Amino acid sequence: MNLIDRMANIDRRWIFLMMGLAVGIPIIVIGLTGRTLPEKATPLAQAAFDVLDDLEPGSKILMAWDFDPASEGELGPMATSFINQCARKGHKMYFIALWPVGAQMIRSSTSRVIGGYYPELVYGEDWVDLGFKAGNEAVIKTIVTDFEQYFPTDARGTAVGSIPMMSGISSLADFDAIVNASAGYPGSKEWVLYAATPLKMPLVIGCTGVQAPQMYPYVPIQVQGLLGAIKGAAEYESIVNNWVREDRMRETLETGGVPDAQAETLAAGFLADPGAAETWTTGAEAASMSPAAKTDLITLATEPTPGIFLEAQRRMGPQLVAHLLMIGLIIAGNVVFFATRRRGGAR
Amino acid sequence: MKRLVPIWITAIVGVVLIVANFLPGARSWGEEATTWFGIIAAVAFVLGGGSLLKVHLKKISDRNSGWAYSLIVLGTFSATLAVGLFKIGVSPNPAFPDVPWSGDVQGQGTPFWWVYEYVFKPLTATMFAMLAFYIASAAFRAFRAKNFEAVLLLGTAFIILLGRTFAGYFLTSWIPVDGPFSGLRIEEMSVYIMQVFNTAGNRAIIIGIALGIASTSLKILMGLDRSYLGGGD
Repeated sequence: MNLIDRMANIDRRWIFLMMGLAVGIPIIVIGLTGRTLPEKATPLAQAAFDVLDDLEPGSKILMAWDFDPASEGELGPMATSFINQCARKGHKMYFIALWPVGAQMIRSSTSRVIGGYYPELVYGEDWVDLGFKAGNEAVIKTIVTDFEQYFPTDARGTAVGSIPMMSGISSLADFDAIVNASAGYPGSKEWVLYAATPLKMPLVIGCTGVQAPQMYPYVPIQVQGLLGAIKGAAEYESIVNNWVREDRMRETLETGGVPDAQAETLAAGFLADPGAAETWTTGAEAASMSPAAKTDLITLATEPTPGIFLEAQRRMGPQLVAHLLMIGLIIAGNVVFFATRRRGGAR
Repeated sequence: MKRLVPIWITAIVGVVLIVANFLPGARSWGEEATTWFGIIAAVAFVLGGGSLLKVHLKKISDRNSGWAYSLIVLGTFSATLAVGLFKIGVSPNPAFPDVPWSGDVQGQGTPFWWVYEYVFKPLTATMFAMLAFYIASAAFRAFRAKNFEAVLLLGTAFIILLGRTFAGYFLTSWIPVDGPFSGLRIEEMSVYIMQVFNTAGNRAIIIGIALGIASTSLKILMGLDRSYLGGGD
């Protein structure tokens, strides 16, 4: 039996093993080294960031988490980054879910991001969990005109009338933008058709890889930002992480007495070259800053990004090797196919 | 009567929703119908549970092949339902310590949370993750360049597979970003395929589907298409 015959009759468990290794080894390597592959943001990921960045701080953002644990691998990192950007920007976040287990997804992402990194945000004033509602697109169609009809209480059973940030919310039109993380039906398409389009409201979507091709036709008029699968999540995550770091450095510089315009330029420079922050703090320009502020600035410039905000970029490693394996397998399969056909075999 | 009533309900609600969409004065009718839908959707969960019980109990009583799996389904379904419905192991809400059922059933540490976190979540994630193994096997055995169309499909697949990773950027990073051939960079080709070819194809499909839905909906409203009632009529 020659090589072609052996390949043609290969036990599929060998292929399973190869895929297991293709995914497992990069996970271990990235876990040990902490290094991720660089990401170059596409215009769609940048647009998703810009939609939320262009809104004034304090804008009301409806965050619809329509996914489950099966798609958490793709959508969880997007959800994390959406919250990270909105929390840093100072937007008011209203979480809802049209999927039964979306409620758990809300709890999971808010407890990890808000609970872990934005403890200063107050429940009911800065963010609220309105939980899951049954009814699929009917929920959207109703809250377009009457929000309280479907959401008389939050997920904890508190009447919306006694939640400060719910005052002034009578319909979906009272929100400034919608952010949707979606794994299927009901999800992105329903938010486009029944909410964003009739209300002409900015909509940012993060969806699974299989959904993304169906959402492209709605860009850019009905959908302003689109993150497709883990690649889109990694690009957006990279943009948000850089912006958060730069914004925190700018804030520290401004608090330390550095003029606004100069603080912005310096923060951008320190983001590109973190080592320059320490050098700058020893110079005359930093004389107005307190020693504590200088230490804060150096820490902000050089500290590693928390792992929770690198999940998507970490997952690009296994995706790279798995995709290369897939290409290799397709080529190998075709080599076997043509070799067998040339010999007159019918496969 | 068994068929006539559902047909009339469908026709009336359908017409009401259409009218409500076009006449501002009738908008509240549409909202009313949507509220009814919400109530029915919530009740459908009970119906779904009943249907699940019926199917699996029959399978167990008939000792059909795989009846043991049905037993597991019913056991886990009943246990999860009981834990959630009766708030088993849930401490009262600190604001209402005297009300035993006032606690949050989904709160961290409750049995319902435990079932979700350590049973449901890993199981569904595992099911989805297993796709990678079957896709790899299919890639080796099924994706054949048998004709020109298949070659086009495979070529597109390669560009997208590479373009969605760092490999796409790395392999063609030697092509200047601002040069006349920047469109040949794999990551650029990947974006172009998704935004132009994919969008064009998908828009055509969406328009076709919309026309199909409009036509089918009209037939349903007029009672010409009764397939949704079942029974092969």
